[in-house]
Amino acid sequence: MAVLNEEQTMLRDAAKSWVQEKSPVTAFRKMRDSGVELGYDANAWNEMAEMGWAGVIIPEEYGGSDFGYLSMGLILEETGRTLTASPLLASGLAAASALVLGGSDAQKSEWLPKIAGGEVVGALAIDEGAHHAPEKVALKAEKSGSGYKLSGSKSFVLEGMAAGLLIVSARTSGQPGDTDGITLFLVAGDAKGVSRKRLHLADSRGAANITFDGVEVGEDAVLGEVDKGHALLEKTLDRARAGLCAEMLGSAVQAFEITLDYLKVRVQFGQVIGSFQALQHRAAKMFTDLELARSAVEAALQAIDADTPDVPELVSLAKAKMGDVFHLVSNEMVQMHGGIGMTDAHDAGFYMKRARAAEAAFGNQGYHRDRYARIQGY
Amino acid sequence: MADFGGSDLDAFRTEARDWIEANFPKSLKGKGGMMMREERSEPTPDMDAWRKAMGEKGWGVPTWPTQYGGGGLTPAHGRIIQQELGRVGAYNPIGGMGVMMFGPTLLEYGTEAQKQQHIPPIVKGELQWCQGFSEPGAGSDLASLQTRAEDKGDHYIVNGQKIWTSGAQWAQWCFCLVRTDTTKKHEGISFVLFPMDVPGVEVRPIPLIAGNSPFCETFLTDVRVEKDQVVGPVNGGWTVAKRLLQHERSGLSGAGGGGGGRSLVKLAKDYVGVDEAGRLSDTDLRTRVIMNEIDGRAFQLTAMRAMAESKANSGPSAATSIMKNAGTRWMQDRAELTIELMGHQGLGWEGDDFTPEELGAVRSWLGGKATTIYGGSQEVQNNIISKRILGLPDPK
Ligand SMILES: Cc1cc2nc3c(=O)[nH]c(=O)nc-3n(C[C@H](O)[C@H](O)[C@H](O)COP(=O)(O)OP(=O)(O)OC[C@H]3O[C@@H](n4cnc5c(N)ncnc54)[C@H](O)[C@@H]3O)c2cc1C
Ligand SMILES: Cc1cc2nc3c(=O)[nH]c(=O)nc-3n(C[C@H](O)[C@H](O)[C@H](O)COP(=O)(O)OP(=O)(O)OC[C@H]3O[C@@H](n4cnc5c(N)ncnc54)[C@H](O)[C@@H]3O)c2cc1C
Repeated sequence: MAVLNEEQTMLRDAAKSWVQEKSPVTAFRKMRDSGVELGYDANAWNEMAEMGWAGVIIPEEYGGSDFGYLSMGLILEETGRTLTASPLLASGLAAASALVLGGSDAQKSEWLPKIAGGEVVGALAIDEGAHHAPEKVALKAEKSGSGYKLSGSKSFVLEGMAAGLLIVSARTSGQPGDTDGITLFLVAGDAKGVSRKRLHLADSRGAANITFDGVEVGEDAVLGEVDKGHALLEKTLDRARAGLCAEMLGSAVQAFEITLDYLKVRVQFGQVIGSFQALQHRAAKMFTDLELARSAVEAALQAIDADTPDVPELVSLAKAKMGDVFHLVSNEMVQMHGGIGMTDAHDAGFYMKRARAAEAAFGNQGYHRDRYARIQGY
Repeated sequence: MADFGGSDLDAFRTEARDWIEANFPKSLKGKGGMMMREERSEPTPDMDAWRKAMGEKGWGVPTWPTQYGGGGLTPAHGRIIQQELGRVGAYNPIGGMGVMMFGPTLLEYGTEAQKQQHIPPIVKGELQWCQGFSEPGAGSDLASLQTRAEDKGDHYIVNGQKIWTSGAQWAQWCFCLVRTDTTKKHEGISFVLFPMDVPGVEVRPIPLIAGNSPFCETFLTDVRVEKDQVVGPVNGGWTVAKRLLQHERSGLSGAGGGGGGRSLVKLAKDYVGVDEAGRLSDTDLRTRVIMNEIDGRAFQLTAMRAMAESKANSGPSAATSIMKNAGTRWMQDRAELTIELMGHQGLGWEGDDFTPEELGAVRSWLGGKATTIYGGSQEVQNNIISKRILGLPDPK
């Protein structure tokens, strides 16, 4: 565990106790069973926002606390433990990052205080196909009067159902696959021509497909520079990825701890199953992998806070490693629980389903292994 | 059993082909997968007719003896029937636990009266059996089971709880392990049969992570079991149970070889695309798809070798011991790769944004996790290989 300052320790402890009291896995189960369209519990999200969590990476002048990414990671790790569903990652981290990194004063003043207060949920609308591919942008933004007209569609927008602000990557020149010619736009969720459809995913979170049917926006909706949005997008995505990694770390650690507890209590052949070396060694391997993953995740978050040039490679390292470890731990959780792990009444299935959705989001292990190699020049 | 030569097999192939042609309703072509589904729907008249025809013919269980309605044929003839069914997109409508595990066990250990009573309805596919083995405290350590059968003179009274009883809500009969002697572990177990509609049997379906509820908790309260429904000797049920588990295991290894649906390679090409040379463009995924394809081929080759060896030695080949773990691991890897290569589309739970193939891939990825747990978990199988095949000792 990284060495924390006083603020961070307080934040982590507050998050830990809130999550345990107010948002145990039973709360996630209740949300899932309710079938709520948002994919999260709005009351719980209000409480999170009241504690200031949505503003942790937002500068104080825009209503945040500017505690930084490692701090945000500490909260996400705690919420990840109990699979707490909320827009914290999509809005308080990803959308806020895009604005902090690329927004004009006017844009920041308009949106960041609302994001920090939780009144508006922001979301990234980036991918268009089944796989994460931020440069494969076909959604078109054409000049129209003094502004632009957006036409196309985005898939798997995390918190797309709740989003009051969409950060949309659009093509202003070039072809899908080109990094040049991508421009980011700020689009209000209730803009004319925006329509969304809930996607029912295995992890029960609030994802949506969104179509943009000739959506008119002004020139002031451009985030950053026209045609040069790719660099800003990548910087934003790296922050989102690192935050997601922190959440995955929490989920994986919790899945491991639940499994470890079970190995200590389940008796077969007159002894606890944790006495069998076949299982002991696999538990030891998971513990080892979790420690390695934690180092990678914390290093990525710290690099973002220090704004060092190795952020992209550290983020890809973290996402590749964390994805593999969560994958392994969630599978072992089911296997080591035996029959009970296959039942819906047990939480093991939730962790496994969440693992696959989190692995796929913002690039899976294969994507980030390849990106890591490319950054390193091989 | 008649002694058929090679030319006889050819003649039999023609006979099988003609009979299937005449009896298999064309409307059911390619519908075999439906039969495998755990949530059963009402059979259509064509499905009923096909089941009756195969049942009367005895070809659902081609190698079972004719005096109980079976086909009375050699395994070679059985394979021909299978091939001919496959050739026209037909399926074997006679299945379930009665065919896979209970029938073969009863043929070996049952009394003449028991076989007369129970085998023909299995052959005809008229009723379903369920397996009352596992209990909350007795899973891998099955022999620690606690369900009690008290001797009441001409019958037993059974009390206890079973769990993970697949298909208990649809089954008409149960084969069940009960404790008839509390002073011994393995030597205190008996193998008994009872109908599921006798008083005192209560089943509660358990929803699974894949969303369906194919198995149940089964509560037994003062259930009357007749003494002529004990299979094998009283307190000798463990031997019978172990044989049944062997049948279960070999049936499951076979299932591991199936797969079904489009090939992994075809799916990968569709979802991630290829380069100019036709190679999967995602090289990381390509390597892992290749590894899975190679595992699958090696598994199939092993299945064929084991079959050839057991025919030659007229006993099981050592290779059979690895089949369950090898087959299930391969199948689970394949399911993981399938949802991965589908990307976000491989995460769908429901709704028209996903194709039936995508939704099916997610459900079978989840459901398939059970294959390394039931029928002797992956760990139990490895323990069996270590001890029985490799001769490794228990720890001191
Ligand atoms: C979908 C499904 C259908 C089923 N259908 C039926 C049915 O119809 N009838 C029926 O009777 N049962 C059925 N079962 C039950 C199944 O046989 C048991 O789940 C299985 O025997 C494992 O027992 P358990 O669940 O109690 O797990 P446990 O035995 O508690 O095992 C927990 C973990 O410990 C491991 N473990 C246990 N012992 C050892 C050891 N000695 N060394 C190393 N590791 C060990 C296991 O492998 C597992 O990973 C079904 C199960 C499933 C999932
Ligand atoms: C669903 C299912 C399917 C099965 N299928 C088959 C089959 O196809 N063929 C077959 O022959 N048997 C099968 N079995 C039975 C299986 O072989 C035995 O249940 C298992 O090996 C334990 O044997 P036992 O019950 O006699 O255990 P006991 O002799 O009562 O208990 C001792 C057992 O404890 C276990 N044990 C103790 N210490 C350790 C340790 N340190 N590490 C690992 N294990 C330890 C060992 O398994 C050892 O055999 C199956 C069992 C189940 C539950």
